[in-house]
Amino acid sequence: MSDHGMIIIGAGETGARAAAELRSLGWTGRITLIGEEAHAPYERPPLSKQMLQEEDQPSPAAILRAEQATEQRIELRKACKAVAIDTRNHRITLNDGSSLTYERLLLATGAQPRKLASPLPGSDTPLAWPSIHYLRSYGDAVSLREQLQPGKRIVVIGGGFIGLEVAASARARGCEVTVIEAGPRILMRGVPEAIASLVDARHQSAGVQFKLGSAISGMSSSGKEYLIRFSNGEALACDTIVAGIGAIPETALASESGLAVENGIRVDERLATSDPDIFAAGDCCSFPHPLYGGRRIRLEAWRNAQDQGTHAAGSMLGAAAAYAAVPWFWSDQYDLTLQVAGLPDAGTTTVHRSLGAKGDLFFHLTAENRLVAASGIGGPGIAKDIRLAEMIIGSQAVLDSKALAQPDLKLKALLPS
Amino acid sequence: MAYEGWIAACEEEDIEEEDVIRFDYEERTFAIYRSAKNKYFATDGFCTHEKFHLADGLVMGNHIECPKHNGRFDYTTGEAKRAPVCQALKTYPLKQESGHIWIRIN
Repeated sequence: MSDHGMIIIGAGETGARAAAELRSLGWTGRITLIGEEAHAPYERPPLSKQMLQEEDQPSPAAILRAEQATEQRIELRKACKAVAIDTRNHRITLNDGSSLTYERLLLATGAQPRKLASPLPGSDTPLAWPSIHYLRSYGDAVSLREQLQPGKRIVVIGGGFIGLEVAASARARGCEVTVIEAGPRILMRGVPEAIASLVDARHQSAGVQFKLGSAISGMSSSGKEYLIRFSNGEALACDTIVAGIGAIPETALASESGLAVENGIRVDERLATSDPDIFAAGDCCSFPHPLYGGRRIRLEAWRNAQDQGTHAAGSMLGAAAAYAAVPWFWSDQYDLTLQVAGLPDAGTTTVHRSLGAKGDLFFHLTAENRLVAASGIGGPGIAKDIRLAEMIIGSQAVLDSKALAQPDLKLKALLPS
Repeated sequence: MAYEGWIAACEEEDIEEEDVIRFDYEERTFAIYRSAKNKYFATDGFCTHEKFHLADGLVMGNHIECPKHNGRFDYTTGEAKRAPVCQALKTYPLKQESGHIWIRIN
């Protein structure tokens, strides 16, 4: 026990939500929120969209403003890094050498962009250019947006969500854009092929070039431009390179402190780590999901970051509830909205429902006709149906798969009353 | 018939039970709701958190949920009910006559 109360390491979406929730659940002791960035907690989703597209550079979209933190008595430590956890004495050490003791600790350390291998396989020249951009922080977005000038040739490495949102934003700024993807199609992870091909077509009609199934064999710089070489002998010249090739959970502090790590900081269904007084939530943790037979997953999504932050606050105060929220994420590219609720790869069959001009829905079912995921693509009008599907997934109801294909069947009618 | 200061927005039957539609007027956008008890309400069209149309969100009881970040409002009062929204939603007087819905937006 200590007078330092609750400490949260990581001041992103998860950490900020946890801090606010601890206070609203009635915790009256100290709350310390420690973040490495110089900014108060801010939202990351705009970084790949509005932040890159708008003519004037937007400010960070604050989640917890300094005055809100003061009002809620949340001690916000910006530009501050926790370097060690002494689990036995409930003490953390900060990079300035000072230490704080905790009653309960939350690790909300997030994830970092995966970096290109350097040197590339088969090459002995390290990639040392600062000009390979990654996108995770407000600072990353500021330096990338400066490159997105009309007519500039931008190469995006990686056909995942970050890469494609950057590609759409770069086109909106009038850049020439090529997306390089090592896999046979874009959005290999988590999205059915039918949706990926609609996204692909939308990008192509916007003028984005794709190089799929392309292995990069080398890169060089002439001082004026970059040259990317491919294993099939082709080459591509460009002005700016952005890599969006996945993220790696930030687990170093946890593993150095002896906490279990398994594709992220390993937590139980309450989000407790292998130390009962330390919790982890958001992109940094892997957790067993009760709706999917206890399958251990790790999510990198805004909603999960918010919901797990809120849930972890309850667990830190002793709540026993399991975290069972249906996974959900969205991506906006041009006028297209894409939403996925649940885990599509948990299904064995897919049922398509056309919403006409509004878009398309895909329901993913188990062999027993239980809905495990729903994906939608189209205009913003798909959101209602995906939200309803999310509630049906949570109810674990068994459905009539043929009826699901009929647009006149109201999803609301399938909700258990 | 027309009313001083009132704008014809839609027909009662344009909105399904426990649902919402979008109504644009000049440069502004509104959301018009029909509750499960067939009462009608009007609010600003955009969420107070970010500019997303609430009419794309789901009506659940007296709440409207933003389609993007799941913030919630009580659409009968405008009160913010769930993070990330913290600022109330503006509501507007509404009246029904012979199946027509009118709102007063000034």
